Amino acid sequence: MAPEPPLLSMSGITKSFPGVRALDGVDLDVQAGEVHCLLGQNGAGKSTLIKVLAGAHQPDTGTIRWRGEEVTLRSPIAAMRLGIATIYQELDLVEHLSVAENVHLGHEPTTAGFVVRGKAARASTAQLLKRLGHPEIDPGRLVARLSAAQRQIVSMARALSHDVRLIVMDEPSAALDPDEVDNLFRIVGDLTADGVAVVYISHRLEEIRRIGDRVTVLKDGRAVAGGLPAESTPTRDVVALMTGRSVAYVFPERPASAPEGPPVLEVRGLARDGEFAPLDLRVRPGEIVGLAGLVGSGRSEILETVYGARRPTAGQVLVDGTALRPGSVRAAVRAGLGLAPEERKAQALLMLESVTRNVSVSSLSRFARAGWIDRRAELGAARAATRELSLRPDAPSAPVRTLSGGNQQKAVLARWLLRGCRVLLLDEPTRGVDVGARAELYAVIRRLADEGLAVLLVSSEVPEVLGLADRVLVLREGRVVHTAPARELDEHRVLDLVMEGSPAT
Amino acid sequence: MTQPVSPPRDSTGKLPPVDRLPAFRGLLAHTDVRTLSLLGVLAVLVLIGGVTRPDEFLDTRNLQLVLTQASVIGVVTVGMTFVITSGGIDLSVGAIVALSSVWATTVATQEYGFAGILFTAVLVGVGCGLVNGVLIAYGGMVPFIATLAMLASARGLALQITDGRTQIVGVRGLLDLGERDAYVLGVPPLVIVFAVVTVCGWLILNRTTFGRRTVAVGGNAEAARLAGIDVRRQRLYLYLLSGLCCGIAAFLLIVLSGSGQNTNGNLYELDAIAAAIIGGTLLSGGRGTITGSVLGVLIFTTITNIFALNNLQSDVQQIAKGAIIVAAVLVQRRTASTP
Repeated sequence: MAPEPPLLSMSGITKSFPGVRALDGVDLDVQAGEVHCLLGQNGAGKSTLIKVLAGAHQPDTGTIRWRGEEVTLRSPIAAMRLGIATIYQELDLVEHLSVAENVHLGHEPTTAGFVVRGKAARASTAQLLKRLGHPEIDPGRLVARLSAAQRQIVSMARALSHDVRLIVMDEPSAALDPDEVDNLFRIVGDLTADGVAVVYISHRLEEIRRIGDRVTVLKDGRAVAGGLPAESTPTRDVVALMTGRSVAYVFPERPASAPEGPPVLEVRGLARDGEFAPLDLRVRPGEIVGLAGLVGSGRSEILETVYGARRPTAGQVLVDGTALRPGSVRAAVRAGLGLAPEERKAQALLMLESVTRNVSVSSLSRFARAGWIDRRAELGAARAATRELSLRPDAPSAPVRTLSGGNQQKAVLARWLLRGCRVLLLDEPTRGVDVGARAELYAVIRRLADEGLAVLLVSSEVPEVLGLADRVLVLREGRVVHTAPARELDEHRVLDLVMEGSPAT
Repeated sequence: MTQPVSPPRDSTGKLPPVDRLPAFRGLLAHTDVRTLSLLGVLAVLVLIGGVTRPDEFLDTRNLQLVLTQASVIGVVTVGMTFVITSGGIDLSVGAIVALSSVWATTVATQEYGFAGILFTAVLVGVGCGLVNGVLIAYGGMVPFIATLAMLASARGLALQITDGRTQIVGVRGLLDLGERDAYVLGVPPLVIVFAVVTVCGWLILNRTTFGRRTVAVGGNAEAARLAGIDVRRQRLYLYLLSGLCCGIAAFLLIVLSGSGQNTNGNLYELDAIAAAIIGGTLLSGGRGTITGSVLGVLIFTTITNIFALNNLQSDVQQIAKGAIIVAAVLVQRRTASTP
């Protein structure tokens, strides 16, 4: 280790929120030019730690040293002045401003102190985008018109527009395709070669192995291991540190006999122009059918169209042989479909409301007589549904926003369980769910299938689709290129198919 | 086939916390602080009134007057609270009150007597709400714009009907409602109507599927839609409800003033929004409180009364109202951040 002081040294950081000790004496050392990975389950304190580092939270106790000198990060601006930039998971771009305006937001190049020099801003933005390997993004374009991956690049350009010494990236790869991830890693490599330090947060261990230098593992607000070598630490050890258990993903066993009988969900020639080509699929009760494909392959669009949230340009959705009214969520829900959407917070949850109310919202009329809600019945049924899924904490009146990602997902599943739904549509069911909670969620999904639910699953994580589904449809650019039982496929074969797209046989 | 839910089973063996309804826990405890602080403000105001004008302010007649004045705007505010809770806004309430009050007091309508006036006032209110609702829910218009357009047109139509004249009401039975003889145990009938509307509003918002859906739509419209709620129909009903409240308020105003004027209900939209906001309803939607709104109305009406008794001009009143809105919102932000 170099004798000079580390670029950043945080020691004994504690931070409490009412009722929660989010950080409990965390130490973190980051050297210039290294990629320091931060691992931990949801609620382990990663977000709080990086917010302290970004100046967004003030620690209760503890010291932060920057190049050996003690500093106080009073505000995000103070952190930025030192050269610390943070790229949050929920990107904080202003949609109705252009790329260049976003990149220079708060530090626009000006004439006489207030007249913005638009041309200069666009020129320097173009240069940054080129450096990031995306010269095709037009600095004058509105951010609202960019894809998720492009927005991430813009966010990164914004960080680089300051004189940064340390960049914090919070799950930067979550919304990216494999080749986008490669580009991201190339950028990270360039940055560290220039002596910039990167604090990298990800749930994906294989990524950390590829680009990380050292790993710090957080658990329950403490750093349970600091500065582990990223390449050589066995996965088992890392998972054990994060969870206190030594299990990676465990997929539940498939039932011995394949489900039989008529399909409960049948999709015939369903299509949406520009999104996905005519699609046929059937799901039987007790069966989990997986859709595998990259971002942009039309996975979420298919699920939302089946659910009626988007209007198809052709085709039909049938439940028990009866066609649903196209483009009607209400018809789908009435027929027994339930969707756990990709963006839980934005599309599924009422964040101000309690768990009970989030669970009961789709079944209100069941507890009501002439519109009058029997709250005792509602509470009892919602509680039974959440216990069925072992939702934690077992507190029906807890605000849903205080739950971890995995438990929020269970609240969404409980909503459909309570409704008595027969077909579950799961869009990225484990996004934002930590490793320890995933296995439990997988077991829950399989159990629901065993109890007779038909499940249509979409995931960008190939192992998840292969491990959980009975049958897999591989998608490429809105077209099914291959269909096979999950046990006849492996990850390489699926990746080959989604990249190369050899025609369906 | 999936059973909706099987009975609870606890694997940990730990006993779950005692069953209690959510409202009696955190949620109400939280609301309570808010409600208590509003009651505190009201108590301080009563104290000020009692000290500065001991004889006039606490006089029964004056209290009856304050409550009567609060009734008209109060009924409007109940409807407004629903709309704001759903994430919407209704800028047209004052104009709808004006239009309903003049339509219900035309010579032609008055021929049908008491029932005719009541029926017309309510129907015009609901009709305007229907137009708002259809434009917003099915026409995809932003509530701010749609109700702004309604504000302009309803005011214009009210002026056209009256030609700027005050329409005196000559229906005896209706005017009697405003007389002291009609008071029930000292309570004016208008105040009783206000109380009934308040209780109904509270029950609907807190105890019915309609209320729950309103909160869901306001909290996250996309999530509500994907949960199977008919968001558009809910929005339509909400503006209908607001229109209905305006119709009732217009009727109260006719009883109170014995006339219909096109200038009625001036700036009611601002008073109703302000009362709902200081009461604790979120302007962004997702949380609403009828109790808070009613306390907000009472606070504003009491201030007006105290200022009038102390012969202070309305300019000072306006400044005081503005200051109270700012103070209330600041205090709420503080209490919201430290749960």
